Amino acid sequence: MRIHLPNSAFLGNIDPFFRAFDSSNSKKLEITSNKKWISVHPVVLSMVAALGLKVGKSNVHCEKMEATSKHYFERMGLFSFLGIKSGINITKHEPAGRFIPLTQIKDSGELTKFITEMIPLLHLDPKQAEPIRYIVSELVRNVLEHSQSKFGAILSAQYYKRSNTIRIGIADTGIGIKQSINMSHSASTDLEAIKLALTPGITGTTRREGGTEYNAGAGLFFIKSIAKVNRDFFILYSGTAMYKLLKSGQEKQHIQLYADPSRDRHSEDVDIPYWNGTIVGIDISLDSTKEFSILLDLIRDTYVKTIKERKKARYRRPRFI
Amino acid sequence: MKKIKLFPRAGSFAENKDLARDIRIKEIIPSLEKEEVTLDFTKVESATQSFVHALISDVIRIYGIEVLDRIFFKNCSDTIKKIISIVIDYMQERD
Repeated sequence: MRIHLPNSAFLGNIDPFFRAFDSSNSKKLEITSNKKWISVHPVVLSMVAALGLKVGKSNVHCEKMEATSKHYFERMGLFSFLGIKSGINITKHEPAGRFIPLTQIKDSGELTKFITEMIPLLHLDPKQAEPIRYIVSELVRNVLEHSQSKFGAILSAQYYKRSNTIRIGIADTGIGIKQSINMSHSASTDLEAIKLALTPGITGTTRREGGTEYNAGAGLFFIKSIAKVNRDFFILYSGTAMYKLLKSGQEKQHIQLYADPSRDRHSEDVDIPYWNGTIVGIDISLDSTKEFSILLDLIRDTYVKTIKERKKARYRRPRFI
Repeated sequence: MKKIKLFPRAGSFAENKDLARDIRIKEIIPSLEKEEVTLDFTKVESATQSFVHALISDVIRIYGIEVLDRIFFKNCSDTIKKIISIVIDYMQERD
């Protein structure tokens, strides 16, 4: 596999980065990078670290990083994940208020501990912290429950002062959404599987409405809704498909949530290099963070309406002939 | 009436659904067999839908929606009230 760290890759312009990923020869990983300056979303770091863990340290080759911003990658823990001595010396400052370095979470206990420690690191007020810990908890639990990856979830996050935004990236190298959702459904493509996973009430664990005692199939719908209400980017990449929720226009005062992700303003790609697992990236703009409880009112309305409609669609009347 | 305090186990952000399942299986269901139950959310600021689902969805499935006459939710924040309402709404609309 080959991956190139470009000059810039954030959720708005990440498509060329995904397309340039060479997923052939899955036993080895070669990393190259822009020589001048690299500025990337945490999801890029999480992807590279997840690949490094999968192939093993002895199978990673990383070209010597020359970019002026190389210290950032050292501080985020990328070289340590890859087992590479970067030779980059940095003075480690207290990370509070700035970032969450690459972190591997393999079980439920580690996740609970991580969430407790994460919020003080990002120095958020309670209103801002609420959706962020919600998102991290639900996304990482999805990985732990559905991915079947022995490496768990790889996560990193960064606060960007200029845009007052928290950017979060989570990657796993598990079975991917299609295989997971098809345990109970029959998605024929990766994109179809992604869209089913984003639909409220659909889970890979059962076809039954309301889910199982442990799973409702609501997690990703909640997260897409948080991103939509706050007018933020959200991407989901698995197999050869990517779904990207685009920012809604500021001119619209009233935001409508949709159960069907195809109705949201989005872009999709069905022919990108195969990612064996799932990648999620999300931006949370702290300027526009809506009250979480207002968001829950919108989710409640949409969720119940959807389930009623599905139930109605299945209802059959007797035909008297 | 059996009172189950959630904060000592779930903390201020209730998100661990394994824990929620344990509380349901080991405490809520056995208690409902003989008495009413109060789930006390004092000091729990927020919860995930996954946590609340793992805590109560199977209780509704087993006993029917009438179980809400015997199970009470105490000192819930606005967020927790809304998440409980979402779970109860969709459980009432299920197959």
